[in-house]
Amino acid sequence: MMASKFSYWGNNLYTGKKSYNVVGKRKNFFMVALVAVAIAVLILGVKGLNFGIEFRGGSQFTVTNVDTSSQQVAIDAVNTIIPDEQPRVSTVGSSAIRIQTNVLEPEELIAVRRALMDTYSVTEDDVASASVGPSWGKDVSSKALTGLFVFLVLVMIVMSLYFRAWRMAAAAILALLHDLVLTVGIYALIGWEVTPATVIGLLTILGYSIYDTVVVFDKVRENTEAITEQHLATYSERANLAVNQTLVRSINTSVVALLPVGSILFIGTFILGAGTLRDIALSLFIGMAVGTYSSIFLATPLEVALRLREPVIAQHTKEVLGERAARKAIAEGTAVDANAVVASSTGTIVSGGHLGNRTVPKRKKK
Amino acid sequence: MATTNTKPKTRRARPIIGLFVLILVLFGAIFAGTKWSDASWTPNLALDLEGGTQIILQAVTANDEPVSAEDINQAIEIIRQRVDSSGVAETEITSQGGKNIVVAIPGKPSQETLNLVRESAQMQFRPVLFFGAPQVIPAPTPEATPEQEDTPATPVNSSDPAWITPEVMAEFDALDCTDPAKLTGGGGVADPLLPMVTCQDDGARKFILGPMDVPGSEIKRASSTFDTQRGMWVVNIELKPTGTQVFSEVTKRLVTYTPVEYWNPDARPLEPINMFSMVLDNLVIQAPGVNDAITNGMPQISGNYTNETANVVANQLNFGALPLTFEVQSEETISATLGSEQLQKGMLAGLIGLVLVVIYSLIQYRLLGLVTVASLIVAAALTYGAITLLSWTQGYRLSLPGVAGVILAVGITADSFIVYFERIRDELREGRNLEGAVTVGWDRAKRTIIASDTVNFLAAIVLYFLAVGGVRGFAFTLGLTTLIDLVIVFFFTHPIMTILAKTKFFAEGHKWSGFDPEGLGLDRTRYVGRGRISGAGEPATKTANGASGKRLTIAERKAAQEEQNLTAGLLNENPINSKDGDR
Repeated sequence: MMASKFSYWGNNLYTGKKSYNVVGKRKNFFMVALVAVAIAVLILGVKGLNFGIEFRGGSQFTVTNVDTSSQQVAIDAVNTIIPDEQPRVSTVGSSAIRIQTNVLEPEELIAVRRALMDTYSVTEDDVASASVGPSWGKDVSSKALTGLFVFLVLVMIVMSLYFRAWRMAAAAILALLHDLVLTVGIYALIGWEVTPATVIGLLTILGYSIYDTVVVFDKVRENTEAITEQHLATYSERANLAVNQTLVRSINTSVVALLPVGSILFIGTFILGAGTLRDIALSLFIGMAVGTYSSIFLATPLEVALRLREPVIAQHTKEVLGERAARKAIAEGTAVDANAVVASSTGTIVSGGHLGNRTVPKRKKK
Repeated sequence: MATTNTKPKTRRARPIIGLFVLILVLFGAIFAGTKWSDASWTPNLALDLEGGTQIILQAVTANDEPVSAEDINQAIEIIRQRVDSSGVAETEITSQGGKNIVVAIPGKPSQETLNLVRESAQMQFRPVLFFGAPQVIPAPTPEATPEQEDTPATPVNSSDPAWITPEVMAEFDALDCTDPAKLTGGGGVADPLLPMVTCQDDGARKFILGPMDVPGSEIKRASSTFDTQRGMWVVNIELKPTGTQVFSEVTKRLVTYTPVEYWNPDARPLEPINMFSMVLDNLVIQAPGVNDAITNGMPQISGNYTNETANVVANQLNFGALPLTFEVQSEETISATLGSEQLQKGMLAGLIGLVLVVIYSLIQYRLLGLVTVASLIVAAALTYGAITLLSWTQGYRLSLPGVAGVILAVGITADSFIVYFERIRDELREGRNLEGAVTVGWDRAKRTIIASDTVNFLAAIVLYFLAVGGVRGFAFTLGLTTLIDLVIVFFFTHPIMTILAKTKFFAEGHKWSGFDPEGLGLDRTRYVGRGRISGAGEPATKTANGASGKRLTIAERKAAQEEQNLTAGLLNENPINSKDGDR
């Protein structure tokens, strides 16, 4: 049974029988993160974000109950009023289209509305119009940035208090910034319009990314409690064990969180077309996926890298490694399998590693 | 079974009963609301789902002076006065992010209503020329005005009754201030050089006012204070230098005129009154008489003010000090059909998401997944009830981003169950029996769930208070569902788990229970601590550890062991049982 194999795998991860050396190979993951962020910034620089009319300013018409979804009809209708306008037309829902133009004067607005009414032979109620000044989007962006800043400060305080280690908070926030940049980059790559709904999605990622990281860090904290009182495993090994132990949970929670968002994204993309639900779902979907990745592969390695700068932890690591090398030397001298002394990346002694009769001198053949 | 760790069944079920009582109370309140008040079984919908017009106005000052929250509130009051008087039902006017005003008008508003909303409001100080009862005065009797027609003299100052031309008088007579439509205010800024005819803002009187003497922008500040000497609330105004000078001259002039008490509207020729008026948004808000010439630029208005009314007047004056104009930032009409389609499809998406989550958790956690399903159902009921109740009592409206927030909550709520279940499994792997694993696992999972929900709630609060656009609706549902998640985990999921941990099906780790020992890697005989061994395919037994996971006393252990001897067959790795084991 698949699920049973999955939980068997989870069990091995838990005991340390099987483990992925995420923390030990942290340099590789930092490189991956740096390259990914660089590519995202590059995409933003070259392709840029496709801002919706809420940010550019403009007028928008939504025609409902239309029979044809042909976009040329709408463009022609707009051009009869304003010849050199190049409207953007998209399908919304099952029987509606949306036409976006540059900012129109009130008279033009009414004229275009009438033209659309005639073209699609619908009633006045079926044509909705909207105008957005360019300053509105600016307002949204500046508010979003303020929100981001306030949130980061609050998270820094709450996490520093909860974990009693500011380095944990700092690592979580670095990972969060990584998530944000990557999400915006991927969004730019896909090229959908950036609307206030997108911004909502991005702001929600703030909460989700930290949420995910808190769960992993909670296990790290539990595993590294009284770390200096033993000399079996280093801080980074214990942290790596935490990553492995929470891996199953991380996968399960992100699948469960991505399923509803994915279904909004699916419905939004294939049935509803352009609109709030689609934009919110896309930025959430990317952000959650990236957030799960970073809580496993970036946040904890970052945290370990920061913690190793603490003199106490650094000293402890040195002591453990020193003692282990000494043990290993002794073990090699006595023909014991040196690898059995300690598990590679989690610092746990694997049960069932009994050496049995291997240590007993072999009987000579006759 | 060891007696120390068995709470009576009712005590364990108590939180669940409490939760169901809460849900019953919630829906009972809504039911009572539908019977005796204006509540309904479905939450009110915001404009993007219901259709209507939303206008976002930005308050702009002449020279970029900062706009205070009081000014925005005052501006909202003015717009509300206009809209309410024009008879548009259920218009929602809110401030947004400190500088913006969002006016949401359901349905299809008329052009006049839209114009009313967009107009800016200004304050003017004008002398009162004539006032009277608010009703329409029947066509003037022929002899009432002839003298004035004889003297079409040009007025010498703004208080000169010569401003009252027959046309003005006719307009005054025709004005009906008892008609709410006349109390909307607005109508653009009145020409400061001409007299005007208007109503008091509460419709109690109507006025003919002379040309403007002092513009509202000459007010430096206004405040309400309690005058201890006279034992009454007063409003103090402080004027700017130019205003001080002009106002000083105006009051010097007014103080020589007939006091209001002795003024006779029927006297011919008409006498000028010592009264001036403060006009906000083309409605008279105050019309005090002038008793002294005020040369220091610090007039004080006294009347029958209470603390509250004095505050209102001071706020109005402060608003007048900062002439705001409203810039339309966005104006959007949303068709009702499109909104309902979005709602339908959004709910379909939510349902699909829910079903997928249920299937996934059943695959991952077998029958334990049913606990997730039950918890999600209770959470859904609680969320629906809370939103409906809030939409009735607080005027909350569900918007499309709000719906997205609810759908997202499915994932976040299920998340905390997974954290909890995984913790229990971890404790089982440590060799605890299910009851102990539930207790210890809960202790640890509780902390994690609280910490992560705090972060989520924090995000929701920050989003809510810095709200822009539809963010507010989203932040609200996100925060609400986070709280509900906590309630469910504490008062439903955990109590259910403690009860289930007692059942044979789960405690023995049935293949379909989600605690299948084989799946958890308990597939070989292993040392489980304190001199005990656990056999292959068996969860740790109850021999030494109680449900709390704590060490038992010797007496308890003996009692437990005796009990096990009686219920032989289960514990085949126990040496005492080996001879009368199964087979």
